[in-house]
Amino acid sequence: MSAPATPDYDLDEEFTTKRSTVQRIQMTLHRYPWLSSLIVLVAVIIVFGLVNERFLLPNTISLMIQQTVIVGTLAIAQTLIILTAGIDLSIGAIMIFGQMLMANFAVYTTASNVLPIAGQNPIIAIILGIMAATAAGAVNGFLIVRFNLPPFIVTLGTWSVFMGLTLILFKARTIQGPEMPETMKFMGDSFPVGPFNFSFGVVTMFVLYLLFAWILKNTAWGTHVYAVGDDPVAAQLTGINTKRVLFSVYLVAGVVMGIAAWITIGRVGSASPNVDPMLNLQTITAVVIGGTSLFGGRGAVIGSLIGAMIVNAVEMGLSLAGVDQAYRTTAIGLLVILAVGVDQWIRKVKQ
Amino acid sequence: MTEPIVKGRNLVKRFGSVTGLNHADFDLYPGEVLAVIGDNGAGKSTLIKCFAGAHTPDEGQMWVEGKEVAFKSTHEAREHGVETVFQTLAVAPALDISANLYLGRELRKPGILGKVFRTLDKKRMRKESGEHLQDLGIMTVQNITQSVETLSGGQRQAVSVARAAAFGSQVIILDEPTAALGVRESAKVLNLIQDLRKRGISVILISHNMPQVFEVADRIHVQRLGQRAAVITPKTHSMNDAVAIMTGALQVPESEQTLGPVNVPA
Repeated sequence: MSAPATPDYDLDEEFTTKRSTVQRIQMTLHRYPWLSSLIVLVAVIIVFGLVNERFLLPNTISLMIQQTVIVGTLAIAQTLIILTAGIDLSIGAIMIFGQMLMANFAVYTTASNVLPIAGQNPIIAIILGIMAATAAGAVNGFLIVRFNLPPFIVTLGTWSVFMGLTLILFKARTIQGPEMPETMKFMGDSFPVGPFNFSFGVVTMFVLYLLFAWILKNTAWGTHVYAVGDDPVAAQLTGINTKRVLFSVYLVAGVVMGIAAWITIGRVGSASPNVDPMLNLQTITAVVIGGTSLFGGRGAVIGSLIGAMIVNAVEMGLSLAGVDQAYRTTAIGLLVILAVGVDQWIRKVKQ
Repeated sequence: MTEPIVKGRNLVKRFGSVTGLNHADFDLYPGEVLAVIGDNGAGKSTLIKCFAGAHTPDEGQMWVEGKEVAFKSTHEAREHGVETVFQTLAVAPALDISANLYLGRELRKPGILGKVFRTLDKKRMRKESGEHLQDLGIMTVQNITQSVETLSGGQRQAVSVARAAAFGSQVIILDEPTAALGVRESAKVLNLIQDLRKRGISVILISHNMPQVFEVADRIHVQRLGQRAAVITPKTHSMNDAVAIMTGALQVPESEQTLGPVNVPA
């Protein structure tokens, strides 16, 4: 194919238009939406560090990271789904379902009325739990893809279903730490790194973030996840199997929820069906503060980690400053609205 | 005599009780720009969507390069060298230019990285995207990572056209490429069409804009009530004639039509 001698028109010039510094900053923030979240996180750390020197103690920082681990891991699953312009309200319920399943398989003795499945090899119990969460994610994906139902409604339904199923199958019984083999609580074991203390759960979370950041950036699947969320019709016209991409996202999210279930047992030290009813919403908060658009197609997993950390840092900072819980909750709410506002402003870059 | 590169006979497409195509014929000859015009509801879009693989006709036959085809997806049409630039452009605005050019047919790195870890060869995709765009005289390489939403309408159109032209396609279908554009940008797109023809690519242009059609088309297929009403050329008929055929006020006997290929200047 030979290039034409000289094109008699010039779109070239428009592509290379010079931009002012402010515009260029806006462009950069537009391209890396998580960058503004990172700036906020750094600002939050500096402000609270100045207010209270205890905030910057290695112990406090270690604790903050530990506290992020459940929401942080689940936020990976939520980010993947939100990137496709979906939403998952069943994340917490699926995680608890997987968690109770693994705990009930591994527990030493069967309490009355609970399935006669106790005393299994903990590794097998963990794998079964992750598989159960994956299957639950697949159920979401199947309902959404096969019947074209809105993710909001599907996951609102499955949230109830898996909560109910957990209670039916495993009763409301909390399985205490000493009732389970050590392997089940492995993710809570920590080791020192300099003055800091990291648990294996935290390490796993970081590894998952790196893994998914890499996959989204460097594989065709990653590109397709963005394309499907951005404009599903366009994605289909270019030959992408949008249904397969969507289904795979919910399936993969299920795997992440399963791993989060194991991490949660380690972090909490026991397996309880009443971990935190707000988990779903907390993951959405983390994703939104992390700069991922609820309309799909824009954002990055790494932003959700930063988002989860911002929430935790604000909570911790205000708490150290002696601010009441009610005010802290209010502050987080305002933060979410602010994050979405900033997000909208940055997006105005487009012509 | 030259054989048509794209041919359709007796194509029928119904949507429930509505008939989009009613035994329509179609011929596109190699290297020409064929405009398809017609009133709203005449079946222009339905017709080209059959060749694009977005619709499957209920009856009738289609050939590409003499081989009979039955496309079930845009992907299959593409494999036969028929690329379509849809009116909606089918771009992912948040992705960059090179990702959009290779959307749905990404290149992977050679060796284990690509085969096992399925790593994209971004460097090669960017380099080749830049070359494709430069081939069409559209842009310089350093901006290839710009997201498509930061581009103007004409630039997006250019990216879509480049995507269609980039993969050795023989036939490019352009659906209302200038409908959303201003005068200046429209002119650029018309230049792009002429550029495609210079490179030996056959072009099907769907348009409402008569002056543009008469400027770039070698032949004009007039669609009316789901059928081919006539095929004329800008030399044999005027714009008024074309409008008259579209509305049914004028009937052109086959002897006065241009059903065969016209001499396409190289």
